[in-house]
Amino acid sequence: MSPAPARPGLLSRLELGGAVVAAAVLVAVPLVAAPFQTITVCYGLVFAIAALGFNLLLGYTGLLSFGHSAYFGMGAYVAAMLVKYLGWTSMEGFLVAGTIGSALMAGLFGLVCVRYTRIFFSILTLALSQVLWSLALKLFWVTGGTDGLRVPTPTLLFGSLAPTSDKMDFLAYRYYYYVLALFVVSVVVMWLIVHSPFGKALQAIRDNETRAEFVGVQVRRYRWIAFVVSGAFTGLAGTLWVPLNGLTTPDILYWPFSGRIVFFVVLGGFKTFWGPILGALAYNYLETYAVGFTIYWQLVLGIVLVLLVLTMPQGLAGTVEALARRLRRPALT
Amino acid sequence: MDTLLIQTLNSLFYASILFLIACGLSLVYGVMRIVNMAHGNLYAFGAYVAAWVIGLVVDSLHWTLLFVLLLSGAVAAAAAGAVLEPLLLRPLYKRAEEYQLLMTFGLLLILEDVMRLLWGPHPLTASALSDALASVSILGVTYPVYNLFVIVVGGVAAVCLWAFVYRTRFGVMLRATSQDMRMASALGINVKRVYVQAFTLGCLMAGLGGAVVMPISGAVLGMGVDALILAFVVVVIGGLGSLEGALAGALIVGFVRTLGITYFAEVELAVLYLIAAVVLFVRPAGLFARA
Repeated sequence: MSPAPARPGLLSRLELGGAVVAAAVLVAVPLVAAPFQTITVCYGLVFAIAALGFNLLLGYTGLLSFGHSAYFGMGAYVAAMLVKYLGWTSMEGFLVAGTIGSALMAGLFGLVCVRYTRIFFSILTLALSQVLWSLALKLFWVTGGTDGLRVPTPTLLFGSLAPTSDKMDFLAYRYYYYVLALFVVSVVVMWLIVHSPFGKALQAIRDNETRAEFVGVQVRRYRWIAFVVSGAFTGLAGTLWVPLNGLTTPDILYWPFSGRIVFFVVLGGFKTFWGPILGALAYNYLETYAVGFTIYWQLVLGIVLVLLVLTMPQGLAGTVEALARRLRRPALT
Repeated sequence: MDTLLIQTLNSLFYASILFLIACGLSLVYGVMRIVNMAHGNLYAFGAYVAAWVIGLVVDSLHWTLLFVLLLSGAVAAAAAGAVLEPLLLRPLYKRAEEYQLLMTFGLLLILEDVMRLLWGPHPLTASALSDALASVSILGVTYPVYNLFVIVVGGVAAVCLWAFVYRTRFGVMLRATSQDMRMASALGINVKRVYVQAFTLGCLMAGLGGAVVMPISGAVLGMGVDALILAFVVVVIGGLGSLEGALAGALIVGFVRTLGITYFAEVELAVLYLIAAVVLFVRPAGLFARA
């Protein structure tokens, strides 16, 4: 059940091998795939960062947030506001401001939310995220209302990589590698967090709050820190998402978007470290193709979710893991 | 004075719709400890079915009979609930509550598109009903009679539900199950059946709410989701699982919304959610929470 391998802090041989293969595939994508495909993968990587952040709460702390759209949207809107009001063009500027902005917002909302667990936590995170959504929608003279705010392609690496005239090309090569690099950094940082003593304390809180408190873990404070870190990761993803989309609208603050982040993680399996990443990439493909193939894509997604909950509650990664275990030790099954 | 009266009536109108939605949400949570995210879609389903049924016969029947046909929406939503609970929710009662939330979220996505599939992207309505009643003058103020009808429906529904839960044998079983499911089961109550009945009753109320609001606002895609979010605010303020709370919450939200639309339209929703957050902060279980 535990997402951690037997030797904490170390990757198992299987995980190391898988990570190397996955990294090689991801590096090769722009070289072999069409720009459209590359951009689809790029969206997937962005969502994977958000899913990683979200899973620090669900998988490791045992809190189901239904309001993570707030932090994703905060990251996106901070970048868009910096373009509109201050004329910033540097991606690094956006990333720093977007991540800090979402972390601050998560810190504020977290003060209220982490006092509760279970269903009340879910509803409270949902309600607070909807405050942001309704403000983005109604204060149209600041946020552009339903039209949203346009964000032109930014310059990368402190202005040294200016956007080229072919936007598609820029996004599919330079920006893709930029996102990939930040994705790898995020994975490594999150891996270190969940395998640190802090991460272990979160898992203790998840498994038994009372016992965790008894051995000296400051439950509420740890939950708050986890909430802020989770919000910061999701905000980073939101900021990276904006140049891809070119536009930010209140839709990404609306609660179905939070539901989508939940979906990534459940699809991949929230009891594993890699599951959310897998889930985000898989969901993104599913949605891209379901949308192209039928207007009833919500129906497809809904059926997939219902079937997942009924038959594969461990998600994709959990199911693969269980299969691998069964293959390795056939005598025990 | 005139504005005050109109605003009060409008608030009561909102409150009665909100109560019809929120009471089911609260009832289901109280009995089964499940927050049904698809509840708003059952409300929308009630609206669509009522609009569709009335649309079929609008020219051939006398308008008074059309009012009776509003009940078709409530019945359809109840039937949907009676099928969905045993089929999709029953396998999950022993699992962690995240899965129950996810299941109802999946159901929300499915129902949303099923309605689009069945009735297309265009709104349906049956304004013949609201037109038939015209307007009436109350203390020098003209007000549409249909809105008064909705207020009465909400009030009657609240009284009936109260009598049902607190004055019938079934109500006793319902409350016993909600207090202690295992003990109730040990005493011979068929908990599975109570669960289906509670869920069906909740859906019935939601379907009724959808049906009566339909002649005014129409049956539109997305109405379920909007209603759900407001119903969350209502039950959070009133206290999840409490019917009195749902009523009080609906009145509070109804009045705040009416005030909001008049005086602070931009931040109306934000104010509602903030009220919910403040209530949750001060009294985590809501104003009318049971111990």
